[in-house]
Amino acid sequence: MFTPVPNPTTKPVPAKFGEQDLIRRSASSITPPAKRQTEVAKLIDVSKCIGCKACQVACLEWNNLTEDVGVNTGVYDNPHDLTENTWTLMRYTEYENAESGNLEWLIRKDGCMHCEDPGCLKACPAPGAIVQYSNGIVDFVHDKCIGCGYCIKGCPFNIPRISKADSKAYKCTLCVDRVAVGQGPACQKACPTQAIVFGTKDEMKQWADHRIKDLKSRGFKNAGLYDPPGVGGTHVMYVLQHADKPQIYASLPNNPSISPIVELWKGATKYAGLAAIGAFAAIGFLHQIVVGPNRVSREDEENAERLTEGKSP
Amino acid sequence: MSKPEIEAGDSVHPGNPVIVDRYTVAARINHWVTAISLVLLALSGLALFSPALYFLTGLFGGGQLTRIIHPWIGVVLFLSFMGLFFRFFRLNLWERTDSVWMARLRAVLAGDENKLPEVGKYNAGQKMVFWSMSLLILVLITSGIVIWDQYFGPYFTIEQKRIAVLIHSVTAIVAICVWIVHVYAAIWVRGTIGAMTRGQVTGGWAWRHHRKWLRDLVTTGKH
Ligand code: HEM
Ligand code: SF4
Ligand code: SF4
Repeated sequence: MFTPVPNPTTKPVPAKFGEQDLIRRSASSITPPAKRQTEVAKLIDVSKCIGCKACQVACLEWNNLTEDVGVNTGVYDNPHDLTENTWTLMRYTEYENAESGNLEWLIRKDGCMHCEDPGCLKACPAPGAIVQYSNGIVDFVHDKCIGCGYCIKGCPFNIPRISKADSKAYKCTLCVDRVAVGQGPACQKACPTQAIVFGTKDEMKQWADHRIKDLKSRGFKNAGLYDPPGVGGTHVMYVLQHADKPQIYASLPNNPSISPIVELWKGATKYAGLAAIGAFAAIGFLHQIVVGPNRVSREDEENAERLTEGKSP
Repeated sequence: MSKPEIEAGDSVHPGNPVIVDRYTVAARINHWVTAISLVLLALSGLALFSPALYFLTGLFGGGQLTRIIHPWIGVVLFLSFMGLFFRFFRLNLWERTDSVWMARLRAVLAGDENKLPEVGKYNAGQKMVFWSMSLLILVLITSGIVIWDQYFGPYFTIEQKRIAVLIHSVTAIVAICVWIVHVYAAIWVRGTIGAMTRGQVTGGWAWRHHRKWLRDLVTTGKH
């Protein structure tokens, strides 16, 4: 058993990190702090999840969110997708394992992965609307958000959702407010089976190793850790029974990375675009200086007069 | 002689100097609405395009409002440009002499108009601006709708939106460059702005830059 994060003191404690610990800020250039905080991570062990949705409820509870009453379409997923209020969602897949002949119920807790290289932050045009702390947490700052939805285009995991109520983007915060005072995320706290554990990224990787060994000893020979290198690793990781096939877990991307289209849009296009506009303006300016204005002459006016009077100009 | 190259409302008033009516009030209003919406679109779009220009959102009352208002101005631009399109497209059809004009671009840029074929109401450069803007605005509205999440979000996939936003930004840059050429030409060729404000130019201007148009006006007797 992983030693859980102890209960908090009831006394107020100062926040362990804040503005001064930002390593990335959307649409801004900042100097990252000299010293990086220890990276944190949440580890979700899919093999231990019983699908009780306590985490989903704890998330609503802690973040003071209410989900609309939905409709039952015959599956356990409820609601059917992430929403501006549902920042984490249990996705259920019935998987027929051809090798073992078993029917496996794969239950994946979907939500923001807190990418080391966050595509949402890269795409965001509003300065400071998305920030990344040096411990790896990616957070949305709602009073700076303009609701453009660019973060949705940037995210390789299809996570952010725009609220219909206030047109701002919402997603899991990794309980940045709890972590700042030494607590684990609410979902982790609520999980009855320790399928969700929280700690430093190194601790989580070690714990994952231990879990993977255990799974392998039980015949899950492809058990492994999901910490995709395409986005520089993530601060929410999964232990998967079938790490060679992440896509069977309700379409978890196989090898996610920021889309090359987004990289092009946010990279070369910006420089080339501004340079092109500048070049056209400069060419106009130079032409004016070198050639000078194209003026109508006295002779032109006289020619026009002769033409209108029916004389040959 | 080919068919006269004039638009409704074009006429010439003999005198000293000769005055030529180039655009009707309706055409001018149509053009101004288009011009203002294009400038507002460029400013609000560029604000989101580059962090260095984000301060431009201040002109529109902040980031949220810029994001809300931009596509609506786009709709105005599109409808308004449709008006211009149907007004002007006939005389913007490409002709053989236009290719000759383009081939002698060096003379054009030097202001050496005697070396060029006589030009009707629009020269080849103006026609290129007209057709490229027509195409660009069509692409801008199409890609703009795909990324207009507030109303059209559910109708397109994320991948389609990624492609659309890339196309939209590149097309917008090209449109802004074409706009710079268009505005610069109007400033460089002195006496042109009057066509946009009062709807009139002098006979000398028409003789120098659009001689075939002036001849057509005189021969058709549009006084
Ligand atoms: C014709 C109809 C148009 C529509 C429906 C439209 C719609 C949009 C939308 C929905 C966005 C995303 C931001 C937002 O939600 O406001 C956007 C961004 C943008 N638009 Fe437009 N637009 C149109 C025309 C134009 C024009 C004419 C220009 C420039 C001349 C322009 C330049 C831009 C730029 C530069 C961006 C930012 C792209 C980026 O962030 O890289 N748009 N437009
Ligand atoms: S919706 Fe908000 S957070 Fe998302 S990209 Fe736009 S401004 Fe940034
Ligand atoms: S999963 Fe998506 S929303 Fe979360 S940090 Fe990565 S890119 Fe951003």
